[in-house]
Amino acid sequence: MTVQIEARSITKSFGHTPALRGATISAGRGEILAIMGPSGSGKSTLLHCLAGILTPDGSEVWFAGHRLDSQNEAARSTVRRDTFGFVFQFGQLVPELTAQENVALPLLLSGIRRKQALQEAQQWFPRLELEGLENRRSGELSGGQAQRVALARGMVNRPEVLFADEPTGSLDSVSGEHVMNLLTAAAREHGTTVILVTHEARIAAYADREVIVRDGLVSSLTGAEAA
Amino acid sequence: MSVPLTLLGLLEREPSHGYDLKRDYDAYFGRGKPLPYGQVYATLSRLARDGMAIAGAAEPGEGPERKRYSITPVGISEVGSWLAEPAAPEPHLQTVLFAKVVLSLMLDRPAAGYLDKQRAAHLQRMRELTALKQEGNLVDIMLADHGLYHLEADLRWIDHTVARLDALRKLVQK
Repeated sequence: MTVQIEARSITKSFGHTPALRGATISAGRGEILAIMGPSGSGKSTLLHCLAGILTPDGSEVWFAGHRLDSQNEAARSTVRRDTFGFVFQFGQLVPELTAQENVALPLLLSGIRRKQALQEAQQWFPRLELEGLENRRSGELSGGQAQRVALARGMVNRPEVLFADEPTGSLDSVSGEHVMNLLTAAAREHGTTVILVTHEARIAAYADREVIVRDGLVSSLTGAEAA
Repeated sequence: MSVPLTLLGLLEREPSHGYDLKRDYDAYFGRGKPLPYGQVYATLSRLARDGMAIAGAAEPGEGPERKRYSITPVGISEVGSWLAEPAAPEPHLQTVLFAKVVLSLMLDRPAAGYLDKQRAAHLQRMRELTALKQEGNLVDIMLADHGLYHLEADLRWIDHTVARLDALRKLVQK
């Protein structure tokens, strides 16, 4: 499998507190990779470094054969906007916008005209079983609906990598399962690589492979490697 | 799981032949472990002997015994009691996992490595069950969920144990 995104022995500290102490991880094109680990182990920091949101203190992050960490913020921002998608634990929808406008947001930020962006956004509503909710604002959506809107927003620009940080963490088990079924189906259909941070084994079981982060290091003896 | 009471429960729906009971048992509860015909008929005979079912007259036809069985009021009462009674919670205190961890620590063998491998094996099984859920009907999904939640409980225990290995080592190496 072609490596799509990779971190090589990265380190990251916040003040004097080390979060990552030489973490190495890679995901193939179209692979769904779960990052597990206890609270405070560094798994979210690892996701943010992979996504170019945080710059590691040491070593390298590669995406599609190019160094990501050494690019300036503007260049990394372009990569994030055009080729990455994001889903977070609490959806983080913009409350003033409708669900459809929220989904269209990445397209609007990429410079696509409003009408076209809204049209493309609309196509995700039936796919994610959100028909009829296009004009609702986030306060008028259930947790599961809001998270599916967030998923649509994460997928609308057909990202090469979708970063999902505890995407079901705020949902009950049935709603969480619904989101994961839709997330994995959409990712597989588009060949999107998914980096999924979760502390729930049942959610990690949707991935092709999992790694565990402990004390800022990625455990090598997990998932398909050890199975 | 009690095969006699489950068959008796299936019989409460309507009088049935052994064949019908086996078919429904295998569909809902067998899951890769179909009930042998011999066990079905032996069980039905015992239920009849114990007054919980009544066998009708033998019907003409090929194949194994063709009798239609009906449940009796005693059988209905037995099924009702069984369904209302909570199953004994099984704490699984002496599992193989636990024994392996403690022995590994006692013998100064790599308990963390074993737990990592066990974790990977559990997650592999969880992936298989999750994949089954994508294709299965609601009965398959519910059975897979039951397995998934139990495996998840084991995994939580594994994570908890990994975090406490040093303390446990000190205790068992005394």
